[in-house]
Parts: sequence; structure tokens; C-alpha cells
Amino acid sequence: MPIKKIVSEFFGNEDARRLDWRIQRGGYEAARKALRTMSPEQVIEEVTTSNLRGLGGAGFPTGRKWSFIPKDTDKPKYLTVNADEAEPGTFKDRYILEWDPHRLIEGVIICCYAVGIHKAYVYIRGEYVRPYERLQQAVDEAYEAGILGPKVLGEDFSLDLYVHRGAGAYICGEETGLLESLEGKKGWPRLKPPFPAVVGLFGCPTVINNVETLSHLPKIIENGGQWFADLGCERNGGTRLFALSGNVKKPGVYELPLGTPLRELIYEHGGGIQDDRALKAIIPGGASSAVLTADEVDISLDFDSLAKAGSMLGSGAVIAMHEGICMVKALHNIEHFFAHESCGQCTPCREGTGWVYKTLSRIVAGHGRMEDLHALRIHSRNMTGTSICALCDGAAMPLGSFVRKFEHEFEYYIKYKRSYVEARSETVSI
Amino acid sequence: MATITIDGQQVSVEPGQTVIQAAEKLGIYIPRYCYHPGLSIAGSCRMCLVEIENMPKLQIACYTQAQDGMNVITQSEAVYQARQAMLEFLLINHPLDCPVCDQSGECDLQNFYMEHGRYDSRFIENKIKRKKAFPIGPHVLLDQERCILCTRCVRFTDEISKTHELGCFNRGNRSVIDLYPGKRLENLYSGNVVDICPVGALTEREFRFKCRVWYLRSEESICNGCARGCNINIHFNSTRTYKAGGRRVQRIKPRYNPHVNEWWISDVGRFGFEFIDQNRIEFPYRREENELQNSDWESALDQAAQELQEAYEDDPASIGVILSPQLSNEDLYLAKKLFIDALQLPNIALENPWEKRGIEDDFLLKADRNPNTRGAHEIGIKGSAREILEKAAKGEIRFLYIFWHDFNAPEAREALAKVPFIVFQGVNWNSTAERASLVLPGATHAEKDGTFTNFEGRIQRFKQAFVPLEEARADTEILKQLAAKLGHPVSYLDPETIFIEWQGIGYDEIDEYGMMVGSAPALQA
Repeated sequence: MPIKKIVSEFFGNEDARRLDWRIQRGGYEAARKALRTMSPEQVIEEVTTSNLRGLGGAGFPTGRKWSFIPKDTDKPKYLTVNADEAEPGTFKDRYILEWDPHRLIEGVIICCYAVGIHKAYVYIRGEYVRPYERLQQAVDEAYEAGILGPKVLGEDFSLDLYVHRGAGAYICGEETGLLESLEGKKGWPRLKPPFPAVVGLFGCPTVINNVETLSHLPKIIENGGQWFADLGCERNGGTRLFALSGNVKKPGVYELPLGTPLRELIYEHGGGIQDDRALKAIIPGGASSAVLTADEVDISLDFDSLAKAGSMLGSGAVIAMHEGICMVKALHNIEHFFAHESCGQCTPCREGTGWVYKTLSRIVAGHGRMEDLHALRIHSRNMTGTSICALCDGAAMPLGSFVRKFEHEFEYYIKYKRSYVEARSETVSI
Repeated sequence: MATITIDGQQVSVEPGQTVIQAAEKLGIYIPRYCYHPGLSIAGSCRMCLVEIENMPKLQIACYTQAQDGMNVITQSEAVYQARQAMLEFLLINHPLDCPVCDQSGECDLQNFYMEHGRYDSRFIENKIKRKKAFPIGPHVLLDQERCILCTRCVRFTDEISKTHELGCFNRGNRSVIDLYPGKRLENLYSGNVVDICPVGALTEREFRFKCRVWYLRSEESICNGCARGCNINIHFNSTRTYKAGGRRVQRIKPRYNPHVNEWWISDVGRFGFEFIDQNRIEFPYRREENELQNSDWESALDQAAQELQEAYEDDPASIGVILSPQLSNEDLYLAKKLFIDALQLPNIALENPWEKRGIEDDFLLKADRNPNTRGAHEIGIKGSAREILEKAAKGEIRFLYIFWHDFNAPEAREALAKVPFIVFQGVNWNSTAERASLVLPGATHAEKDGTFTNFEGRIQRFKQAFVPLEEARADTEILKQLAAKLGHPVSYLDPETIFIEWQGIGYDEIDEYGMMVGSAPALQA
């Protein structure tokens, strides 16, 4: 059976970002259908049935998220589209924004109609210049065509959509950090509860959804929630984009049903490992997910299976690493990122990420001590579940898993002041 | 009301109260850095993590609201481990320069380390270098290396002083607290950031290196800086004053009173204590051959009584008494007994019409920079000194008794020049004391017991911290002896007996946050 392409249907097609071309191919028909023939409750019902989950990384059921928005509030409600795609290894939302921005706008309309929202913001990563330009162009086109504005698609429903560019902080992809930043403040995540559904942007009820999540909505409305749910596996509806990178022959964005085996993604779609070398490790859901070993490659790519394995599907960024990759240096690289991006608000993250990075730097420089490994394990424990937001857990997850699963490489590095991998490759070449 | 269990003990709290507040009600102190009851919740130091039954992770006690049936554990291996971890994290980039840190001895890093420290450090990386000990305003120094980024100071300037001078800059472990560009911490409440800083990052420039805090003694008092009557503690040391230029009072700290000042005081009050130890009148003085000469109490009071008696016999209206709203209720009550009730003098005044009014705001500071104007009015002493001085200018005043005030406006000086005999009773030298015929050294509020009544009528007790300097005496003592010499002896043992006569209750019966005028049981009866 050919794999169903939903959000990636028009990837690579230069015409797809033009409104007229998209309209000829059914663009905005689902939004029209929702607005004309469905009640907001019916839309939410379909989305709940679809088992669509938040594809930014947390995997929270989208229909349920919407249902938390208070019905009888006199405050305005907002939709914030999280386009601050910054998780290392993740580059899927960028494809939607660049190739098919109207699909996102249509998803925004459907969501806003379902929840009763008349103002939506897209918070787009500052470095995403081309995606921003293309999205902004699509928004302008949509306004011109009366798709956005006081009468959405000619119906009695108003919706304004603003595109706001971030300034380059990973933490502003955390939903409450994003809200703070959007409000013009420093992007420090908020204490929860209250959750954004109740107190969000400007203190008002707010839905925050990822670009890809929203982009799935048109097809769900077109074909029904059950159709979408059936594409995926239990409690994990539909397909999602996997951003495959690392030592694979064909890195790229692949849309696959949830529940696809990791092996299939790497070996069939990704064409296998570079130079046909042995697979050593896989980061399954962006830098903040726990690393998997080659033995775990048969795992099913869905939120629940990966959680059970002590990792997470996260943003769907799969990074494959072959036998030539030094796990010490890989972790050093990852922890550099978290130390750099920690917002500095709460203690375990601010101090922990920096300390971990410094210790790893020392090990990599050949000044490691065996007791450092114990300290790193303790840090991983102390940084888990103690902070305001998930960034700290995101730094602790790879830390704990790398040190646990590749302990021998760390020990070797400390003992011989050089990488196990490099040492071995030299031995082989003799 | 929600009833929750903390460490096996039950407590009921109002809805919205947090676990940390509920614990405090039970006398359980949960370590904290960023939490301060007077500020919004930051929840960032993560020191107050506690275990709550049926919750998957440890929760911060400062933010988690107490809910009926909640079971909280603050003493468990997991909680201990978390506190130890947070403390370890906080200390890795802390300079540990306790031996030269003013906060040492009252530092929460030290305090919590006693119980939660690791004692064997495993941090061998380089510490982050930051800016050390630089002034950020007239009263406060910032040491970014000692800072643990609890943001109490930032929240204070945002939420309490609303002056927004401080912010948190940069990211991750490069974060620093600093001034916003072009700003200085120059508001009238800047000293409070030093109090709320749980570590030695913000220190007082005035107190810096003056005295180790463990040498300080403390006494409860009331600020005399304005009519608000903020509750304070006077921190003093009478034996190690060499670093502080001989001053006994080393610093003033606010004392919590929910009805008056909460946790705060203004810089006017905080740094206005130098008068207690400087420029003091230390002995009685008599004018001889147009020079003020050191005298003794007996002859000084004899002369005062004699001059007053002669003027009184000539004409009671030739006597003027200008009392001061700096005096305590007890001082003023006794003065009223003597000058108004016994002698029935017609010329009694309280206020100095030339006195500068201070800045008044909607927070603490009152324009009236005297602590007891309201108390004097309640006792029955009021009125401007202008009338008396006008009479003096016309040569109608023969004997003028001035408490504290400095009348140095040209017209006032001219009037004073026409008065044959001036008695000055006060604590500091001023132009009026210098031209007096007789100078009697009174005591500051730090040196005597008494009460002030604040602008809204709240009677508040201050306690004697130390004895008056040199020969100075409590004003009640001086008036008592003068009264005896004038043939109107009074039998009060101490200020409290005066207070009992005035209010019908003893000092111990005053509520810890003061009592409103007219609320004493004896007066209601």
C-alpha cells in the first residue's frame, strides 16, 4: 500500500504555495466545509476522534487540548501557532511553511472556528527567513482573497492572523516561554498551572498548536476523524513528518503513519546507513529524547511505545549514528546546546546544564576522572522533574541515557584520554 | 477552608494559601530563596520542593496551593536529596567568599548548608567570572558572583517600588542581575533589596565592613523618619564601634507589621539614624559670659526652674513652651500635665511652621517627617509655634522652652533674639540650641522606652536599645525633676506608668502590631 501523504502532499512543488494553484487543488475546501456545514462542537468531535496528537513534541491529544478552553468566558481567546522549530534535528515544520503555507492557514481557520477564536499568531523562529517570507506572502494573499479578515471565506466569521518572528531562543519554543516572548517580555517559561488554555496570551485563554498539528486539520475535516485515526495506530492517529538526519544515505523529511517501525524509516526510507556501516545509536525524537541503541531499532514510532522505552517520539526528529560516531563527543555536542539555550530562570537547569557541559568538555579534552561519570549520573537524576519547564529534563534525558547505554565509551575516553571510536578505527587501519 | 496534612500534622488554611504558608502555620520552615511573602511567586530557586502524595514529581511548596486532603511530606529522602541538589547547583558558581562577605552570619546559603550541604565539593570546573562589588545606587552594592538569581530584587523594583531599575540579563549560567541601561537604583526604597537578598549579592554601602552581624544586638523600635511609624529593629553594637566611627547604631532593618509597613521601610528611615550617635548634645550647658559652658544637671535644672518660676510669677503669658512631635507620647503627656494642667500656661505649641515637609508618596512616606504629631494632638498639644514667636518678636515672651526644634528662619531668629531666656531640650546641636541660655540633653527614641502614635492613630511601642549617651537623659526624667523643682512633683516610676495613666493598659497589653487610639479597654469602659 502506498504511504498516504497528507501534509507533505505538495512538498517540492514550486506552485503549491500560490493561492490560486492551491485552490484549484481543493485548498480551503475543508475550512469552507467546517464553516458552512459543521458546528464548532462537530469539528472538535472529529479532531478528537482522529487521535491527532501534538506534533511539536509533547504529543498531547489535540481535541482534548481544545476542550480545556473555557466556553463561557468574556475574554478574547487566542490561537498561537508554534513555528519556533528549534529542537536539534527537527526541520519538518519548515517544509510546511516553505512549500505549503496555505495548508497551515487553512488549519488555523479550522481550529479558530472550532474554538471560537478571532485572533491567531504564528510565532516563527527568527532564523527561518525563507519560511517567514513565504508564510507572510501566503497570509497576505489570503487576506486579499477574503480568506482571512472580517468575513472568512465569505462566511460570518472573522479571523486575523499575525506572523511574529522570534529572536533566536530555543526556550521560546516552550509554549509559555513563547507566550512571554510574544507579549514582548523575556522568554521565561511560566509556572503551571494555570495552563495557557485558561490563562495564556495576554492573560486570556489560548490554544497553542504546532505547525504540523494544525496542517493535518484540513484532511481530517475533509475525510473525517475516523479516517485519520485508522491511518495510525492505537491512540496515535494518522501520519506525521519524520525529520531523518545523521548517518543515513537519504536524510530528509518523510511522512509516515504513526506506528511505523524505526527500522523501516532508517533502512527503507532513509536508504540505510552511510557506507553501509553498522548502526550504533538513534536519537528518536530530537536532541532532548533519550538515545536508543541499535538493538532497539525495531521499536514502533509512536508516542506510547517510545515513552515505554524511556525515550520519546518528541518532534519526530530521528538522528541515526553509525559506529564511527563517538558517543562522548555526541553528548558533548548535545549538552553544549542545552547549556547555551537554558533560559537561566530556575536553578537545576541554569547551573546543571552549564556544569554538565563543562564536565564533558573536560572529559573530551582528556582531563576526565572516573568519578565524573558518577557525578553526571547524579546530575541527570537531579535535573529530572525539578525545573519549571521541560528544557532541563530535555538535557537530562540524553545525559542519563548516553552515559548509561554507552558507559564503556565514556570510561575508555577518561582512561585513555581519547575516543574509543577513533582509537578503534586507527587499530583497524593498521 | 482546606485542611491539609504536613508531616503528619493537620492544618486548616484559607483557599488560595500555598503549602509553604500552611507549613509556616505549623511552625515548619521550608527552605526557600526566591519565595518572599511580599512578592509575586517566581518558583525558580526550586529549593522548596516537597513531596505531595499522589503527585508524580516533587512540587514547589511556594506555588502549590493547599487543597483539602492533601498530604505533604517535607522530611523525606527525596526532599532532602532535592534540596541538597539545588544547594549544590546554587553554590557551584558562587565565590564562597564568606570571610569577606557582609551577609556572612545571616546568609541563607550558609543557613541551609548547615543541614543540606554536601561538605565535600565535587565541582572542579572553573567558576564563572562576573562583576563584583560595584555600586548600583547611592546605598546599594551589587556582587553578581554571589547572586543566586532568585530575582527577589527584580520583583521588588517591579512590584513594590514600581521603579523598574533591575532586570535579569543574558541566558543560562551567564545570567546576571543588573541595572537596565541608563538607570541607577536610586528610588526612595532601594535599601529593601538588601534585606530581601537572601545572599550577599546586594549589600548596604553604609553598613559595608562596619561590623560582623554576629556582633550586632537588636531591639524593636519605631522609625522616627516620618508619620508612618514603620516598625523597625535597631541593630546596634556598643563595644565594637571602631569601624563605624564610634556609632552604636549600625543599621536599621524593617520589622513586619501588616497594618503599617509590611516588610519594608523607606531609605529616609533606614539611613536616617546617624543623629542618634552624631552631633549629640552630651551634657547640660549653661550660658556664662555669653558662652555655653559645660554644666551639671542639678544646677541646670535649678536655673531652669528658677527662671521659669520668676517669669510665671510675673505673668504666665510671658512663658512659651514649644514641644516637639519628635517626643514620645509619654514625654508629651508629662509635659501636658506640667505645663497645661498644673501651670496652665497659655502659650503652648507643637509644630515648627518653617519645617520642610518631605516627599509624600502612595506607599510609605508621609510628608510630615515627625513620628508623633498625631500622638501630640491626641494628648491635646497642638498648634504652630508661629504665634509664640510673633509674641516673642514683640518682646512679650520672657521665658521660652524649646524642645528639639531648630528655628533658623530669619524672622524666627529675630524673634528668638528678643527672648531673655531660652531653654533648649533636645538631642542634636542646632542653631537654636547654640543660642539658648540653657541646653538640656534629651534622649533619642533608641535610648528610651515609649510609644509613638502614627498618622492614622496607631499607638506603637518602641523599646530602649541602649542607655543615653553620656549625661543625656530620657525627656520624662528631665520633666519629672523640673516638675518637682517647680513644686508639682509627679510619682511616675517610668514611661510605662505614664502610659498606664494615659491609656489604662500596660505596654505588654499593646498588640504586637500596635493599637488604635481609643481602642484601649479602660477608655472604652
